[in-house]
Amino acid sequence: MTQYTNEAVIRCDGIWKIFGDRSAQAMKAVVEDGLSKDEIRRRYDCIVGVRDASFEVGRGEIFCIMGLSGSGKSTLIRHINRLIEPSAGSVVIEGRNVGEMGAKELRALRAEKIGMVFQNMALMPHRTVSENVVFSLEVRGIDEATRRKVAQQAIDAVELTGWERKYPDELSGGMQQRVGLARAIAADPTILLMDEPFSALDPLIRRQLQDTFMKLSAELHKTTVFITHDLDEAIRIGDRIAIMKDGILVQVGTPEQIVTEPADDYVADFVAGISKLDLVTAARVMQPLEQYRQTNGATDPANWPVAHPDDKLNALVDLAVTSDNPILVRADGADLGVVTKSALLRGIQGRQDVGIETGGRI
Amino acid sequence: MAEDEAFNWLSPFASIDLDIDGRTDGIKQWAIANRDTIQPIKSFFDELISLIDTTLQSVPPTIMLIIVVLLAWQAAGRRVAVLVAACLLALGLLAPGAWELAMTTLAIVISAVLLCVVIGLPLGILAGKSDGFEAAIRPVLDTMQTIPAFVYLVPVVMLVGIGDVSGVIVTIIFAIAPLVRLTSLGIRGVNSSVVEAARAFGATPRQIMFKVELPLATPTILAGLNQTIMLALSMVVIASMISVKGLGNEVLRAMGRLDAGKAIVGGLGIVLLAIVLDRITQGLGRSGRERGHRHWWQSGPVGLILRLTGRKSEKPQ
Repeated sequence: MTQYTNEAVIRCDGIWKIFGDRSAQAMKAVVEDGLSKDEIRRRYDCIVGVRDASFEVGRGEIFCIMGLSGSGKSTLIRHINRLIEPSAGSVVIEGRNVGEMGAKELRALRAEKIGMVFQNMALMPHRTVSENVVFSLEVRGIDEATRRKVAQQAIDAVELTGWERKYPDELSGGMQQRVGLARAIAADPTILLMDEPFSALDPLIRRQLQDTFMKLSAELHKTTVFITHDLDEAIRIGDRIAIMKDGILVQVGTPEQIVTEPADDYVADFVAGISKLDLVTAARVMQPLEQYRQTNGATDPANWPVAHPDDKLNALVDLAVTSDNPILVRADGADLGVVTKSALLRGIQGRQDVGIETGGRI
Repeated sequence: MAEDEAFNWLSPFASIDLDIDGRTDGIKQWAIANRDTIQPIKSFFDELISLIDTTLQSVPPTIMLIIVVLLAWQAAGRRVAVLVAACLLALGLLAPGAWELAMTTLAIVISAVLLCVVIGLPLGILAGKSDGFEAAIRPVLDTMQTIPAFVYLVPVVMLVGIGDVSGVIVTIIFAIAPLVRLTSLGIRGVNSSVVEAARAFGATPRQIMFKVELPLATPTILAGLNQTIMLALSMVVIASMISVKGLGNEVLRAMGRLDAGKAIVGGLGIVLLAIVLDRITQGLGRSGRERGHRHWWQSGPVGLILRLTGRKSEKPQ
């Protein structure tokens, strides 16, 4: 996970997007009467794409928006660089309201501050790899020598050295998306918008590209909004995850929060199949030492295996198999709690041990 | 009311006269009244056409043949070049004067097609961008393509008089439609996600047009150009009725004298010219990479010269 500060680079406030010929009227009706999605469709023949979405993304943070197709996540991400105009709400990037920018200012923002990667790559078939990569520099009128240098750096960064003069159709899908990634980072933007960048790739290639992306991300510290329909990917990549359903952000939180404290049944369904091993921490499954002593009598934890509250279940399993004793959770020299074998097993299942009722709720 | 009595419900049209032909005949009066303003425009086009004509005529046939064959080789490959050479040889051998007549026809066609591109390309781009304009221009194009040429032959002659300029105008009216249509189709067919990507990276609408949409629409636009050239060629006989010289005129005169042999010579000349122009422009439409080359200068005579002079056209990958 990358480190990020609390300074909000992207702030979205109450974004609504209603598609249709009578979207303005529908929007007004929503504000005044609070119509539901179905009512809007029936009365105004309009489709609600995004419904009152608000979130902030801190500098250097990777913010994943996860949802199934049709949930409005691709629509939402296009509001950030104003490829789509919101029906209501505002987007503020580094203190400047994107909605109030003139055409020229907006183009400068897109070319210099924001890099975007698309699900279907959207490379230009008539341009070579390096011509594609430096497109944003070319439209800004930057000289050829600089462009060539920047192209080479970006292509090296995505491990495509030697393919500069090829055309996109000579490359495999995974390589094409590397070009897409290189194009997004070429202008050294502050923000990366990734619209399901790896969804169209087969699992092995997807894994490789995720690794490349995370390596780049750790080096470059870009503020990233990452869209995916794959929760595993979101958990692997995201510092925070937003779950989107029918245009609404259902829940925003860290991967661990999403998995251990799903806000509703929809999210719970989603996370049910997710492995908790690398997400849930000892702090979540432990019971306080006092409580353990009350039920099991005074015991001496001297030769118990010791774990840190932030250790993941996976590490706890490794400790548990070395000893018959429960695991002692200790931080800064203080004994905080105990993880019994049954609590550990239930934690892996994603359920709470019936014997205890404390620690984190699972 | 005597007219009412003559009115018959079963056959109403015979008794109604809106005098449409009489009113539209006013075009003629207008044309005659505005002749002075038309003249400078006419003389400009006249000069353009005769410039192209004299250029084509001044090149000796052998040299011209070599130039066109090399052009075909570059644009469409070696096989097409052989075909083009054969067609041009046959054209020259048709009759002693056939080559000169063909060059005159070619000059008219080139002028008409040039003007078609100048007018049709922007119209096509506009139609590709705006649904309203597309809907508005479609019936106009349909009319231009289907209305019998003799209908507009008369007003055009009234306006600019007989001669090459009228011939070119009539040809444009007939031949411009496919270029506009296919340019619009090409622009509409550009992958919208590529255009979106260009927008997302800060391109201006103008840059999107010239760096993304037009290059990607080029094969379709060239197909339209090819059709326009073919239609322009098919107009040469009709154009010869308003005193346009060339192969068409031969056919027309042969028709008047019932000289079947001469008509066939003229007709074959037009066909051979059509094959040459068609194959060259079709070759342009296919991208070089489809034929296995990376850049146009790596193939054809240019590629050969570059290789022979020992200059590596590209550094090895």
